[in-house]
Amino acid sequence: MIKTQSVGTRTHASQQKLTYPLRAHRGALLLGASGVLVVIGAVAATFGSVAIPLDTLAQMVIAQLPGAHIVATWTPTWETILFDIRLPRIVLAALVGGALATSGATYQGLLRNPLADPYLIGVSSGAGLGATIAIVFGVGAIPLLAFVGAMGATALIYALARAGGRTTPTTLILAGVALGAFLSAITSFLMFKNDSAFRTHQVIAWMMGSFALSSWQSVATMLPYLVVGWLIVYVNARVLNVLQLGDTQAQQLGVPVERVTMMLVAAASLITAAAVAVSGVIGFVGLIVPHAVRLVWGPDHRFLLPMSALLGATFLIIADTFARTLLAPSELPVGIITAFCGAPFFLYLLRQRKESLV
Amino acid sequence: MNTLQLRAEGISFAYRDQIVLNDIDLAIQPGELVGVIGPNGSGKSTLIKCLSRVLSPQRGRIWLDGRELASLSAQQIARTIAVVPQAVELPPGFTAFEIVMMGRVPHLAWWQNETVRDREIARAAMEATQTWALADRLVNHLSGGERQRVVIARALAQEPQILLLDEPTAHLDIKHQIEVMELVRCLNRERGLAVLIVSHDLNLAAQYCSRLVLFKDGRIYTSGSPRQVIAPDILREVYGVNLLVLPHPHTQQPMAVVW
Repeated sequence: MIKTQSVGTRTHASQQKLTYPLRAHRGALLLGASGVLVVIGAVAATFGSVAIPLDTLAQMVIAQLPGAHIVATWTPTWETILFDIRLPRIVLAALVGGALATSGATYQGLLRNPLADPYLIGVSSGAGLGATIAIVFGVGAIPLLAFVGAMGATALIYALARAGGRTTPTTLILAGVALGAFLSAITSFLMFKNDSAFRTHQVIAWMMGSFALSSWQSVATMLPYLVVGWLIVYVNARVLNVLQLGDTQAQQLGVPVERVTMMLVAAASLITAAAVAVSGVIGFVGLIVPHAVRLVWGPDHRFLLPMSALLGATFLIIADTFARTLLAPSELPVGIITAFCGAPFFLYLLRQRKESLV
Repeated sequence: MNTLQLRAEGISFAYRDQIVLNDIDLAIQPGELVGVIGPNGSGKSTLIKCLSRVLSPQRGRIWLDGRELASLSAQQIARTIAVVPQAVELPPGFTAFEIVMMGRVPHLAWWQNETVRDREIARAAMEATQTWALADRLVNHLSGGERQRVVIARALAQEPQILLLDEPTAHLDIKHQIEVMELVRCLNRERGLAVLIVSHDLNLAAQYCSRLVLFKDGRIYTSGSPRQVIAPDILREVYGVNLLVLPHPHTQQPMAVVW
C-alpha cells in the first residue's frame, strides 16, 4: 500500500521485474479472499449425508433474518442439520484455520525461522499432554486441560529460554523443542501404560485433530481468547516487520525487543491453545499457510497476517469437508488431510519461487 | 540547531569474565565528527552498542542531554540516536522504501499509521543518500554499497541528532567508501548532526574526522586531532607495526602508509 501511494513517478530502476506482482492491490486482495472464504463455507455446507442445494441453503439463511418472508420448502430436520451441525462445524473450522495460520505467521516472524509453527515451540506438546491426562484419567474437560497444558508449556519454555539471560529466537526454539520432546515422552508413557484400548484410540484421534464434536458452544468458548490474541498480534504487525532486521537493529529502531517478544509469544500461544482446545492437534496449517502467503506476496506482516488468517480458514474448511465426506459415514482425522494436501502444495510453491528468494 | 550531547562516564562492559570496555570516558559534542579507531577486538563495536543501549554497561553511566540513557525507553532513544550497523544483512522480500520507512517507527505510537509526512521524510532521506531510484527494488537484489546507503537513509529517516556508524565503509569499494564518507561529512556540516564513526581505515578517518579516539584493549589509548593521534610511535605501540606517516599533499592531514 505504502509504495503505490508514495512513489508518484516510477523510476527507471523500478521497471525491472517485480517479484511480487500483486503487491499493490492489497485491500482488493483481502476483500477477494474474504469473498472466497464465504463462498467456500457456503459450498461446504451443501455437502454431507443430506445434500442441501445451494439455493435452498441461501433461502434458509435469509429466512433466519428478521423481517424475511420466505415460505419454507425444507423440513425442520434440514434446519437442524444446517444450523446445529454443519454451520457451527464450518465456522469452527474457519476460526481454527485462521487461528493456526495467524499464530504460525507470528512465530515465524518473531523467531525469524520459517520452520517455526505453533507446534515446533512445544505448545502442542503441552496441549497434547493436558488432553491425554484428561482422557486417560477420565477427568473429562479435555479442552480445559489442553488449554492449561498449552499455556503452561509456553510459560515454561519462556522461563527456560530466559534462564541464560536474554531471550533470543534460538534459545526459544531450542527450549521449545527440548520441552516438547520431554512432554511428548510423558504423553507416550501415559498412553502406553494405560490398558484401555478405547482410551488410547481416543488420545490418538485427538492428536490428529477433528471437528466431529463441534458446536456453537465450542465457537463461543474459543472466540474471546482468539479475539484478544488477534488484537495483540495485529497491533504489532509493523513491529514484527522491524524485528526481521534482528534484535539489535530492532532495539536501535526503538522497539523494546524483549517485552514485545514476550507479549507476542503469549498472544500466539493463547491463539494456538484456544484452537487446540476445541479441535485437537491439527498440523501443517500454521506452517504452510503463512509460508505460502510470504512466498507469493512478500513478508510485510500488515498483509501477511490477515491474508494468512483468511486462507488458513478457507483451507481448513475444505480439508474438513473432505475429512467428513471422503469415507462417510465414518470420519477421517482432519490432520491427515491437511498434511496430505498441504505438503505437496508447499513443495510446489517452494520450487516455483526458489530463485526469487535467494 | 543541535544542542544534544552524548556522554559516557567511566563505562565498563564485560561479556562474562572478558572485559571489553574498561573505564571509558567519551563525549560527543554537538556538531562534532568523531572517529573511533583501534585494532580488532579493542571494543569499538561494543561501544556503539552501549551508546545505543543495546548493551548496558556494568559500571559507569551514559548521559544523553543531561538524562541518563538507562532511564529512557528504546523509543525515546531511537528518536535521537540512529545507528548504522556493521555489514548489514537486510531481510529478503522488503523493498528499499519499506526498509527506510522502518526509520519512522520510533516516531509512531502503536496505534498510529504512517502519514504522508512520514513518507516524505523517508523520500527525502533516500534522495539525500541517492537511493530514491532504488525505492521499489527488493533489498536482497541490491549490491553491498546500495544496501549500505539504504541503511544510512533509514537512519536519516529517524531524524536523529546523533548518528553512530559502525564501520560503514567496510566491504565497499573505494568509490562507495568516498561517497559514504562525503555524505556523512555533508550531514555533519549542513544539518549539524553529531557523528561518531567507527572505522578500520586510518586514512579515511583522518581525512574526514575532526577528532580521533584510539582504542586499545578496551581502553582509550589516546585521543585528539588526527595529527596528534596518527603518529608512528603511537601506531607502533597500539597496532604493533611500523608505519610511515606522511602529510596529505592537499589537506595536510596525516596518512599512514606501509613502507
